[in-house]
Order: sequence, then C-alpha cells, then structure tokens
Amino acid sequence: MSSTSPSLMRADRSRALLVRRQLSDRLATGFGWVAMAVVVWMLGSILWTLLRNGLPGLSVHLFTRSMAPPGQDGGLANAIVGDILQTGLGVLLGAPAGLLTGIFLAEYGANNKLARMVRFVSDMLLSAPSILIGLFIYMIMVAPVGHFSGFSGSVALAILAMPIVVRTTEDMLRLVPVSMREAGIALGAPKWRVILFICLRAVRGGVMTGILLAVARVAGETAPLLFTSLGNSEWSLDMSRPMASLPVAIYQYAGSAYQDWMQQAWSGALLVTFGVLIINIVVRVGTRGGRA
Amino acid sequence: MMNEPTHTVTRYDQELERLRGIVARMGGLVERQTAQAIAAVVDQNEEAAREPPRLDAEVDMLEREAEQLAIRILALRAPMAVDLRQIVAVLKMSGDLERIGDYASSIARRALKVEQLEGALSFSALRAMGRLVQENLHKAVEAMVENDATRAKEVWNADTEVDEIYTSMFRELVTYMMEDPRNIGPCIHLLFMAKNLERIGDHATNIAERIYYAVTGDMLPAERPRGGDAAKIIPG
Amino acid sequence: MNTGVQATGSTQASLSGSQESGQAAVRSGAEAVGVAQVATLPMSEHDEQLARPAAMEVRGLNFYYGTSHALHDISIRFPERSVTGMIGPSGCGKSTLLRVLNRMYDLYPGQRATGEVLFDNQNILAPGVNLNVLRSRVGMVFQKPTPFPMSIYDNIAFGIRLHERVSRSEMDGRVEDSLRRVALWSEVQNRLHSSATALSGGQQQRLCIARTIAVRPEVILLDEPTSALDPVSTARIEELLDELKGEFTIAIVTHNMQQAARCADQVAFFYMGRLVEVDSTPRMFTAPREKQTQDYITGRFG
Repeated sequence: MSSTSPSLMRADRSRALLVRRQLSDRLATGFGWVAMAVVVWMLGSILWTLLRNGLPGLSVHLFTRSMAPPGQDGGLANAIVGDILQTGLGVLLGAPAGLLTGIFLAEYGANNKLARMVRFVSDMLLSAPSILIGLFIYMIMVAPVGHFSGFSGSVALAILAMPIVVRTTEDMLRLVPVSMREAGIALGAPKWRVILFICLRAVRGGVMTGILLAVARVAGETAPLLFTSLGNSEWSLDMSRPMASLPVAIYQYAGSAYQDWMQQAWSGALLVTFGVLIINIVVRVGTRGGRA
Repeated sequence: MMNEPTHTVTRYDQELERLRGIVARMGGLVERQTAQAIAAVVDQNEEAAREPPRLDAEVDMLEREAEQLAIRILALRAPMAVDLRQIVAVLKMSGDLERIGDYASSIARRALKVEQLEGALSFSALRAMGRLVQENLHKAVEAMVENDATRAKEVWNADTEVDEIYTSMFRELVTYMMEDPRNIGPCIHLLFMAKNLERIGDHATNIAERIYYAVTGDMLPAERPRGGDAAKIIPG
Repeated sequence: MNTGVQATGSTQASLSGSQESGQAAVRSGAEAVGVAQVATLPMSEHDEQLARPAAMEVRGLNFYYGTSHALHDISIRFPERSVTGMIGPSGCGKSTLLRVLNRMYDLYPGQRATGEVLFDNQNILAPGVNLNVLRSRVGMVFQKPTPFPMSIYDNIAFGIRLHERVSRSEMDGRVEDSLRRVALWSEVQNRLHSSATALSGGQQQRLCIARTIAVRPEVILLDEPTSALDPVSTARIEELLDELKGEFTIAIVTHNMQQAARCADQVAFFYMGRLVEVDSTPRMFTAPREKQTQDYITGRFG
C-alpha cells in the first residue's frame, strides 16, 4: 500500500495543509475586501447625497447674505463666519490646554495619582455627551449673565476639543523612543528643552493630526451650541452676544417645512464637510516633512 | 584540567579535544622514537635502529594536521584566554615534537657506527644522558597530556643535568680524538648523537615552557638554568 | 577647554593609593601559582596608558533599582585618555554602571546609588551636583543611533547652544570640526540642512558621536554603540574611538568581546552585579586571573 509509505503520507499531509492555508488566506482577504467596500460605499453614499442635495443650493448669496425668513432669498454668511469664529476660538483655547495636559501626562505625571486622575477625567470628557457640556457652560456662563453668547459657545467647544488633543498628544509623546529623550538629556539639556525641541518635534505630525481631529469634531457640534451661543439670524461679530453657527443653522433649517431653508441646510452641511476635509488636507500636506 | 565547564558550543570543545589528541599522539610517537634510538645505540640493536626513521612520516603528518586544525580553530572560533594559549602552545609544541622525532631518527641512523667505541667511558655517559632525556621527555609529554604546570616546571628545571653530562662528554671525546686520530670518525658520530640528545632535552624543556604558559598564563623566565657550556671548552 | 585634564591631573595624589593596591593584587595572583619570578610580557603601551591619573574613579558603588540590588561594591578607575571596555552577560550591571557615570539614572524614580564616583575632585553622586553641566562634561552615545528630528547641522548645534553662546560663524566652524572628526564631513557637507533621519545607520551613529564631542566633554560613555551597525560602519566607529582616545576618556559597554579586545586599553568583566576582574586588555584576553572571567571570555557560559 503506497499510502502507508511515510514520505507519501507526508506529501499528502502537506498538500492538505497547503490547500487549507490557501483557503483561509483567501477567506480572510475576501472579508477584508468586503469590509472595505462597505465602508467606502457608506462614505461614498454620504458624500454623494451631500453633493447631490447641496450643490444646487450653492450660490453667491449663500456666502454674502445673512439668514433671512423663508422666501426672502437669504444666505448663511453669518452662520459661516460665526462657525469659524467659535470653532477657531474654541480650538485656540482647547488645543494649547490639551497639549500642555498631554505633555504633563506623558512626561511629568508618569503614573502618579494626579496623572491617573487627570487621564481618567479627560477620558470621561472624551466620551461625555456633548449636550452635557453645553448645559454645564449654560449654568456657569449663560445663566449668570442672563444671555447667550458666542464666547460661551467657544468655551463649550474648547472643552470638547481638549480631551482629544490630550489623548493624541500623550499617545504621540509616548511613541518617542526613550533613547531619544535620553540622548537629549545626555547632552546636558534640561527636560523642558528635550520635550519641546526634540520630543514634540519628532511627533509634530501626529500632534497636528490630533488637533485637526479636534477641529473636525467641534466644527460639526450642534448640541453644546444650542445652550450657549443659541444661534442668531442677524449678522454679528460680537462674541458676547448670541451668535449663529452652521450646525445650529442646519439644525434649524433642516427641521423646517420650507423648501428654500431645507436647500440651504443641505448646502450648509456640504460646506461643513468640505471645510473640514480641506483643513485636513492642507495641514497633512504641510506637516508631511515632520513624520519621516 | 580539573572539572572544566564545557563550552556552550559543543563542536568547539570537540575540536579542541581533537587538537589535544593529535599532539598527545605525536608525544607518544616521539617518545617511542627516542626510546628506540637510545636503545639502538646503547644495545647496538639493529632492529631498534630501524624504528625511528620509520615513524617519522607519521609524526610529520600529524604535525601538519595539528597545524591545519589549529589555524582553523583560530580563524573560525576566535579563541580567547586559556583556549588561545592552548592552541598557540599546540602549534609550537607540534614543531618541537617534530624536531625531536628528527633528532631521534638522526641518532638511530648513526647508532651502529660507533661499535668500536663500545666500552669507552663516553658510552656510559651517553647511556646516562639517554636515560635522563628520555625521562624528561616522558614527563614533558605527560605534563602536556594532563595540562600539569607543576610537572612542566620540574622538566624545565631538570634539564641542567643533561647539559652537564653533555659538557663533560664533549670534553672527554675531544681528548679521545687528540689521543688517536682513528677515533675521530666514531667520536664525531658519538658527539653528534650526544648533541642530538641534548637538543631533544632542549625541546622537551621548550614543551614544558609552553605548557606552563598555556596552563597558568604566566611565562617562565627567558633564561633557564644551564649546566655548563660546551662552547667554552675549545678556545676559539 | 583643557580644564578637565588639569583638573583630573590634580586628583593624582588621592589616586595613587588604589593604584598600588591594584598592583599588589597582580603580584599576589602570580605568587598564588607559585612562580618566584614571572617574566613581564611586552604590554607597555597599555600599561603606560593605564598608569595615567584617573579621569573618573568609582569607589564602593552600590546601585539599586527599587529594592533590587543591581551593583555590588564596585570600585574601578578610568585612566584619562584611555579606553575602558566593559563586558559581561546581559543584566550583569555594565550598562547600569555606565548610566551612573553621567547620572542618567536620575531620570527614573526608585533608582539610587550609594558610594562615590569621583570626577574632577568631586563626588558626582553627592546632592547639589549640576546635572546639566555634568552631562556636558560626561557625554554619552547610545546603542541605537538617536538623531534628533532636525537637520544635520541643528543636531550638532543643539548641544552647543545648550551650554555656550557662539556666533554664527563660530557655530559653523564647530559643526564642521565635529563632523570632520567623525569623518562625516565629506559625506554630508552638501546637505547640512536636510534631515538627519535620512542618513544611514552608521552615519547616524557617527553624527551622534559628533554631536557628543561638539559639546567638548572630557569623558565619553558608549553603550553598545555598534550593535545595530554593519561590519563596515562598526570598523569606522572603532577606528574613530582610537583617534578620539587621544583627547577623551572613553568607557564602552559591548557585548562583542572581540570589539573590547580591539578597542580597549583595559577591560572590566562584570557578572551578576559584581566587578569580577579588571585588567589591561592583553592580560585579560590571554591570561585572566579569575575563573569566572576565563569561562566567560572563552565561551563557557555555565
């Protein structure tokens, strides 16, 4: 019986093994492709819907006129500017605070009690419902003065942005090899110089990405703004007064029964999406050198 | 060496062992060559006289084998410390042993040409010298096989006596030759044999020196104790 | 900046005591084998270097990682302008000792050292030592090349700027000089302002050495500087060490015994946190005194 000869048996076994391995390889690869296709399809369909519904509403008026009652051919100019102001100020407040906290956690806190506590709170904030943040700011910044303001909106956004920057900054700094830090220290550099000029430099691409993630996250926030800057249909650059923003405007228009408002809501959504996309691309290209 | 831990690379230990085996075998062969050569002279034994030259080929072959293996180990294993000392010692000792073999053969070839001097005083001196050299060589080979520094040091010190006998023999043979020119031929043979024996003794001490360094890492002094200098007997 | 040489020169008096005891140990080692007169081997070149005053001297050093006792009563001197090789199996404490010499261990809580490390007449383990100044005088090069994420030029200027104010032209000169000394100048002179991370591993390591010597230290510590490099780069670095020892005192930790044999004037063997033996390199590799040393360097790893 040839099948009992050891060499043949080994050949049979290895062939069976090979077939099984090829099969599982193809299966895994197949799943990968399918999963990717689903995600791309979902992203594509969102973008497609946005483009299809938003593009027709893009006009000069959209960027030059402020919001107006239905039928009066208004625009979103005040909401766009308000959004930029509030998001900008929010990130300007939140990112440095997040950066410093991240540095503290990665470089100074190590694993002491304070650091563990800060990390815990920061992670809580990361997953806290944004409407809670809005309520909180309402309690401390809106209710006492008696009126809504763009500034309180920025603070709410800053609180949302901060934990994202904290986490990415800490994670990124932890990626810096110990030897790099030690090399700086070994030259006689004080710790802060090593952190600022070596460690942060080494991961500047990653830290920028974190800040961008924060921008992207807060630029589309609606809930916290409802309680803080409220929204304003008038043109206003005064941050101590209620202020319009795209998400709130979209929220307001999309729920309305008027055709032209709904059209503007789609266009507004398109603007938010592409705004974030463009900032992403610009900063990514800008920081490419730092990631090498 | 006592309870030496084994090398982490087993093959390395095996190669070192093989190298030591080669010189141990060489040691045995040249001891035999020397013993036979001495027997050939003192007993005028023809059969014994044929033995040393016959063994020479094998000794030469072993010497080359030892050299090749030693070089191989040096190149491939980069030995250190005691291993390095041992391998270098083996390289040099195999040379010493090969020379000893040559001297023994040389003695054996002259052994039967000194018949007429049998009974002369020098003959018993040669006998004594042969016994001493043979003993020293035996100890040296033993020290080599057993890596025994103490015994090596004994050999190194014992060569004095050989030198002394050689010097007195030289003086005596010169007298014979002056007395009767017919003695010149055999006397020269005898002298050469004594010289060869003395050289064998020298090489045995060389071996002892190398073993001592290989085992302890310390070198014996460059000058060893000497027992007389034949060069001073005949004024230039 | 020759102050270091002068300063270490003045420690000579206090060092002579321990030097004598070292020689006594050699003598008693010889007597133990029962030799009255041992011929001295021709090792004068190394012996001459080792007889120099110590740039650094460790006395009775104990080191702890938390509660684990990592170094036991280490005493060793690093003669100035010589290379000390430190060998031993992983975890034997050789790298730990290196990190004591520039107090790198201070970065980590729970690590502490007792005993004395004398450098320039001062115990650097004592409180109140300015660590930044110490580290500018005792430089360190690591196992993996660690170029900073900046240009080649800035990598070298970084260290200089930490300790000195120099003009632009002087800085250019210092950068060029440092790069020349590590034989990197010709390879990088046309791309001084491009990123250092684009250099090859061997070039990066030479850059790190250039960066260290640019600060003009007196002692250079190297922690397995070639273990990540190919043989050609390794040979270059070894050649470099040979040149640098004319000016600096060098301590090198290496797992490669041949490297220690090639580069070092004296070699120290560590085992399980103890300094088993330290001696001139030829002596160490031909005839070590301690059995543990012999077993290790001949490859008989228990």
